[in-house]
Amino acid sequence: MADKKDTIPAPLTDEQRRKVLLGMAAAPALMVPGVSFANAQFPTAKVNTTKLAVTDTEVIVGQLHSATGTMAISETGSIQAEQLAIDQINAMGGILGRKIKVIKEDGASDWPTFAEKSKKLLVNDKVACVFGCWTSASRKAVLPVFEKENGLLYYPTFYEGLEQSKNVIYTGQEATQQIIWGLDWASKEKKAKTYFLIGSDYIWPRTSMKIARKHIESVGKLGSVVGEEYYPLGHTNFNSLINKIKVAKPDCIFAAVVGGSNVAFYKQLKAAGITGVKQFLLTLSVTEDEMLGVGGENFAGFYSSMKYFQSLDNANNKAFVEAFKKAYGPKSVIGDVTQAGYLGPWLWKAAVEKAGSFDVDKVVAASPGIELKSAPEGYVKLHENHHLWSKARIAQGMPDGTFKVVAESGELIEPNPFPKGYQ
Amino acid sequence: MSFDEIYNIALMQGFAGLSLFSVLLLMGLGLAIIFGQMGVINMAHGEFMTIGAYTIFLFSSLTESYAPGLMQAYFPVAILAAFLIAFGFGWLTEWALIRHLYKRPLDTLLATWGLSLGMQQVFRSTFGPKEVSPTLPDWLMGSWSPSEGLDIPINGLFVLALTLLVTGGVLLALYKSRWGLRVRATVANRPMANATGINTKRTDRLTYAIGCGIAGVAGAAFTTIGSTGPTSGSLYIVDAFLVVTFGGAGSLLGTVASAFGIAQTQSIAEFFLTGSMAKVLTLLLIVTILMIRPQGLFASKIRR
Amino acid sequence: MDAFKSWIARSGTGSILLLALLIVVVFPLTMDIFRLNLVGKYLTYAFVAVGLVMLWGYGGILSLGQGVFFGLGGYMMAMFLKLEASDPEATKIQSTPGIPDFMDWNQLTELPLWWEPFRHLPLALIAVVAVPMVLAFIISFAMFKRRVGGVYFAIITQAVALILTVLIIGQQGYTGGVNGITDLRTLLGWDIRDDSAKLILYFVNAGLLIGVIVLCRWIQMSKLGTLLLAMRDKEDRVRFSGYDVAMFKVFAFVLAAGISAIGGAMFTLQVGFMSPSFVGIVPSIEMVIFAAVGGRMSLVGAVYGALLVNFGKTYFSESAPDLWLFLMAALFIGVVLAFPNGLAGLYESHVKPWFARRKAPKAAPAAIEPPAAPPPAPSHKSAPPATLPGGVQGQSA
Repeated sequence: MADKKDTIPAPLTDEQRRKVLLGMAAAPALMVPGVSFANAQFPTAKVNTTKLAVTDTEVIVGQLHSATGTMAISETGSIQAEQLAIDQINAMGGILGRKIKVIKEDGASDWPTFAEKSKKLLVNDKVACVFGCWTSASRKAVLPVFEKENGLLYYPTFYEGLEQSKNVIYTGQEATQQIIWGLDWASKEKKAKTYFLIGSDYIWPRTSMKIARKHIESVGKLGSVVGEEYYPLGHTNFNSLINKIKVAKPDCIFAAVVGGSNVAFYKQLKAAGITGVKQFLLTLSVTEDEMLGVGGENFAGFYSSMKYFQSLDNANNKAFVEAFKKAYGPKSVIGDVTQAGYLGPWLWKAAVEKAGSFDVDKVVAASPGIELKSAPEGYVKLHENHHLWSKARIAQGMPDGTFKVVAESGELIEPNPFPKGYQ
Repeated sequence: MSFDEIYNIALMQGFAGLSLFSVLLLMGLGLAIIFGQMGVINMAHGEFMTIGAYTIFLFSSLTESYAPGLMQAYFPVAILAAFLIAFGFGWLTEWALIRHLYKRPLDTLLATWGLSLGMQQVFRSTFGPKEVSPTLPDWLMGSWSPSEGLDIPINGLFVLALTLLVTGGVLLALYKSRWGLRVRATVANRPMANATGINTKRTDRLTYAIGCGIAGVAGAAFTTIGSTGPTSGSLYIVDAFLVVTFGGAGSLLGTVASAFGIAQTQSIAEFFLTGSMAKVLTLLLIVTILMIRPQGLFASKIRR
Repeated sequence: MDAFKSWIARSGTGSILLLALLIVVVFPLTMDIFRLNLVGKYLTYAFVAVGLVMLWGYGGILSLGQGVFFGLGGYMMAMFLKLEASDPEATKIQSTPGIPDFMDWNQLTELPLWWEPFRHLPLALIAVVAVPMVLAFIISFAMFKRRVGGVYFAIITQAVALILTVLIIGQQGYTGGVNGITDLRTLLGWDIRDDSAKLILYFVNAGLLIGVIVLCRWIQMSKLGTLLLAMRDKEDRVRFSGYDVAMFKVFAFVLAAGISAIGGAMFTLQVGFMSPSFVGIVPSIEMVIFAAVGGRMSLVGAVYGALLVNFGKTYFSESAPDLWLFLMAALFIGVVLAFPNGLAGLYESHVKPWFARRKAPKAAPAAIEPPAAPPPAPSHKSAPPATLPGGVQGQSA
């Protein structure tokens, strides 16, 4: 890949000059002298010693999400946010003077396809890094491939934890970051003593509820769990469950229902007279994206625990929301995972620039301690365990489908994918 | 727990069973006509339901932007439209696809499966991959609370009423109308029906289209209790087939009875077991009974 | 000599040899290891398709639950590999070292008893084939004895697929849940993730597939095959002739299950994980389409069908993911409406007569045209030269 003649500083071609000018226009503040003579300062042979798809002007990255199939509902936001970040980085002049080019692959909501495509991206396309995956199952399917081929994956979803790979940067929250602070808040602010845990029947809700139960009963001593229920993915009838809730009369319903079930769950809760006025409900699985399907009137008054909400009031977020809506239409919404997806390319850019190289090993080595002051969710920092330090927030659903942030953890919460005492 | 509370819970649990019964029946009804009467394995049944759901969404957004005053009234009109649109698509499908395959029922399965894939992609391209939420009129939301601690879901009542209406209509049409007579004659003995002057091809097309139309109504009604997205229809398809098969294909009363039985079993099991185990138990029960009594609960006496 | 020649033509040896040539020689020579591994994965689906030819094309029984057997075979293999990958050394960060990671996450403190046999390769290999076959026997015996057939059987197999999926996902402490059993590394210390291992596994897979096809062809040529065909076409007559029709159907179903399970096990070995997404209804129906595209009466056709559909899937989902579903839809509908006998039927009706036409007037126009003209399209070229006869000829055999 790396041409030998690249080591000689070549005069700028017209195209390069145009790109540099563009970069200057877009981000004058970021113009450091080095950028315009990137090839001289960062010759390809030096920044790319592992035969990645990096040329003088271009670096190729992969994007691996489900554009089709059942998961397309959720993954579309991540696809858009990652593309937006990449476009913005390119408009600023790219990374080490190189424009980012994306190869998009469709995982089609099918885990072996994810494994196959990740291998194609790493082995055939030699991409410098991959932004992708959404479900745990897809991540588990590609993980051995990334470890074997020494690739680099930026994974945007909040997930169950219990994992830490050299080859993955997790830009979403692991379970404890989303759960523990939220439960403490519920206990303190809402005086919740009894909890009813509800989830879809797969690993993320089960692990989350396991942590929640431990925290409620033993570690945090918040009260007691009066019910714990799991329903198959795609289940659409919750009337019996709602009756069980009515029997148990919990102070707090703690829910992690996903997909089509999620919509059915809230519609039927509302119809059974369980609304935000009468009942306190805290969920781990409703973002602005899910709200589109659930409908604001069905979720009004309930609470969601996330690290990011579209309505966050800070300058970074205002700029991000504006750019996102400009790119994808005024009706588009931004959920927690969408924002986490947006962080991926920026974190990678920061790590590459710190390392001065695209080599996966060097980027990984440079990653811990990377800070992003421009993150829409506020300030984030990358932990040694490849997860992000981030805040936890609780927001209440409004009838028009937006969220009002009502509480926020004072400081950044440390990621802890293998929480002691919660196993 | 007081006696009152137990009484209320029992009432609500009874209604939960009824509500599930109406959902299962409504989604099985269109299939009972297409699969039960015609023998066509319509794997695209769920997608015809999705057509109905998106019709509601279209009507709700149009009403919201052009005639907000009519928000309370659009729903019944939209359900009628859902029937007509699904009916129209069903008619086209029969003409383009199904009529070539009556002699090969297993092949209708493959062809309609292909059709369902195509339809899902059409939904995705038209409405986007994300779920949508039609705004429902206020009178369909919330619960009816005759006494303290007793909440009967209004959307459940609505689906139940609609199901009874549609079922009654189908039964009446099948056993009292000329169309019904033609359908039953065609099912019983096609050559003889032809010989007596019944246009069996036309009957087939109408029957298929009506089945699809009912699927559209079901999809429209389910916007009140479930999700609307490109793949929503696939959530229902297996259950719908089980209801019809378990009841005994060819027998509408069987479909009613099987929907009732499955609904009660599942909702009671869900109350006492975990959700996933209740599902497994119900399915196992159905499969076991079908193994012992393959013709289903109510075998039709028609010679095939 | 003539008798031998006609036997060759009748047994389809030529077409099987051509297929063997293609997958054992041509593919490995022309593809890099990445693509070859993909082909290997597709060929594991071909096992299911071959099983379906026996079950559906010959036996007339459509099963929409073949994913159950493919998945079970794969799970049996994956359980063995997972136990090997979770030796106490590799899993020492767990609270209970020595058990698979997903068990540890689900607070299991010791290996469940029914996992124990999978510590031993021979037992695991037996289970790969035996467990699916026993399950198939239980399902089919009850139903065929009671003369459940056709559509009902298809729908019940669908329900079985659903039950198994819900069970596997729900019992995640024992099965790995929706993530499946992942991160499989070695087979008796041999790293199956290496390129060289992938190459060897590809050849093992190809060899097994050819072996299975030969076995099925042998069954088809035997009296049993004739009876299966007869039963498909006129079940009552076979029954009145004194045969136990139900047991033949059970045999076909169990055979197809066993073949699918071998495919599943090879899938696990080559792809490195197994998940419940292969057990469900959707993959089961997709596997039926492989057989339908290839031609439901043709064993080799089924292999070409699996290869063609999956190549299409990979190619189009790389270039135009939206278009892919439409193409897939068109494929389903087109195969059913226009080519009910799939590629093999196309070959029989178009390519073969074309050859015959070229051959007949060979003497006169040979001077004008080159004698050995290539067949029109690659897919036709690879189609079997002597496709299996349809029902009628088979019955008279």
